[in-house]
Amino acid sequence: MLAFLIYKLILVVAVFAVSLVVAMYSTYAERKIAAFLQDRLGPNRAGPFGILQPLADGVKMFMKEEIIPGTSNKWLFILGPSLAMFTACMTGVVIPWGGTLTIGDQQYPMQITDINIGILYLLGVVSIGVYGIMIGGWASNNKYSLLGAIRASSQMISYELAMGLAIIALVMHTGTLSLRDIAAMQTGWHWNIVYQPLGFLIFIVCAFAETNRAPFDLPECETELVGGYHTEYSSMKLGFYLFAEYINMFISSAVISTLYFGGYNMPFVGRFVHDPNVLAVLGSVFLFAKLFFFIFFFMWVRWTLPRFRYDQLMNLGWKILIPLALFNIALTGVLMYLGGRLH
Amino acid sequence: MLTNRSEVVVKKEMSLLERIYIPAILAGMRITLSHFFKRKATVNYPEVKRPFSPVYRGQHVLKRDEAGAERCTACGLCAVACPAEAITMVASERKKGEENLYREEKYASIYEINMLRCIFCGLCEDACPKEAIFLTDRIVPSTFKRGEFIYGKDKLVEKVDKRVDISKRQTQTVLEFKQNKKFAHNRLYTDKQLKEKH
Repeated sequence: MLAFLIYKLILVVAVFAVSLVVAMYSTYAERKIAAFLQDRLGPNRAGPFGILQPLADGVKMFMKEEIIPGTSNKWLFILGPSLAMFTACMTGVVIPWGGTLTIGDQQYPMQITDINIGILYLLGVVSIGVYGIMIGGWASNNKYSLLGAIRASSQMISYELAMGLAIIALVMHTGTLSLRDIAAMQTGWHWNIVYQPLGFLIFIVCAFAETNRAPFDLPECETELVGGYHTEYSSMKLGFYLFAEYINMFISSAVISTLYFGGYNMPFVGRFVHDPNVLAVLGSVFLFAKLFFFIFFFMWVRWTLPRFRYDQLMNLGWKILIPLALFNIALTGVLMYLGGRLH
Repeated sequence: MLTNRSEVVVKKEMSLLERIYIPAILAGMRITLSHFFKRKATVNYPEVKRPFSPVYRGQHVLKRDEAGAERCTACGLCAVACPAEAITMVASERKKGEENLYREEKYASIYEINMLRCIFCGLCEDACPKEAIFLTDRIVPSTFKRGEFIYGKDKLVEKVDKRVDISKRQTQTVLEFKQNKKFAHNRLYTDKQLKEKH
């Protein structure tokens, strides 16, 4: 029992640390990739190639004066970024980060907890995430913040629907809500993207909207809303909001890799490597490779596409993505009926 | 048409493929990715400096002659030529025993350029009959006080052991041009007008 607790504790700390470090270096990567896509060099002063830049930014964030506006609701003002950060860190719990390690006769799956309704948990926590933005924006008592908060909530609610519907089609295909089972099903090249291309397209568009990333970054919208919901925030509270966005991006990339790109499964490698422990570690590395590609993809899209207008955003969500997702469910049903199960 | 790259705007219905937007998005992403691998335009400033033009007009220098005596004779032509009225000077007579310090019998005991007024046009350089003042490729550094921008002789006159090289801007053609200009006011017609007359 104690060994089990220690193992879970180590896993929790590891997942927490990894998501923080990845989010930290995502800020660096974002600036570097933005620069490279725009024919610039990006940060290159702090340490070799600027790799200490995130540390410098973090120190700066902590050193800044902390301002709580006099007209704001103080407790909600503090609750906003805390909630955003908290929910962002909570999502990593159900993701299978790798296969199972066998030490002695003990099995150690590289997943904090395998809830049998992992996907529902994920959707639930992501939905709570919007409260961080909403509360923070409302508590600031600033019209830009309020507009950002309203946009954030309406956007997230609209896109969660399409995202849920896209996942329903996936769940119809896999027949399980457990993320571990879904990952384990996709051995070799049986990645879900092959069976659910339309669902994947809908899911990734919604993932962009859910993480408030360009082209769906209307809640922040530097150019119109002066930063949107975090206009009034300063110091590390602002840092938490920005940080939560990067953690969300990291988790969405992990979810996309797990749901549609085989998770920790690797094609071909099983033929050459037979030690299950090595295979499990390699699987984690492979998962992270996919995940980093998707983080890069998120940034690549951000620095390519312009922002949506608000009505375009709503049209896309309600008039295109939801009907498309419903069509996808119907299509999946018909195909499943015709071909028995899709495998 | 001013350019051959302009396109006539036509408001037509988009086809289905265009309305899906995905091909257009992919094309855009291909373009941005191609920039990812391109040579970057940034110059890493303190380590790498872009070369200045040989005739760059920066901070002024008051030259000394070969023996080390100041060339300036405080004629005031530079101050007259200056459109920004940045130059002021006080002339003094050379005393006995100062021949090694000042080349002519008259010299500038105070010579000040207000770098905040100066527009770095180089007209002082053109006006100077003694080849004494030149603009150089040095940039005037910024300071916090206005007074520090008024450069006196201590900053303007070149040091005897640390001469400022102006050979790149004082070429043969420049010297000839200045030589011609020196007597231009005695001529009734310019060379060009003479040529047109005959």
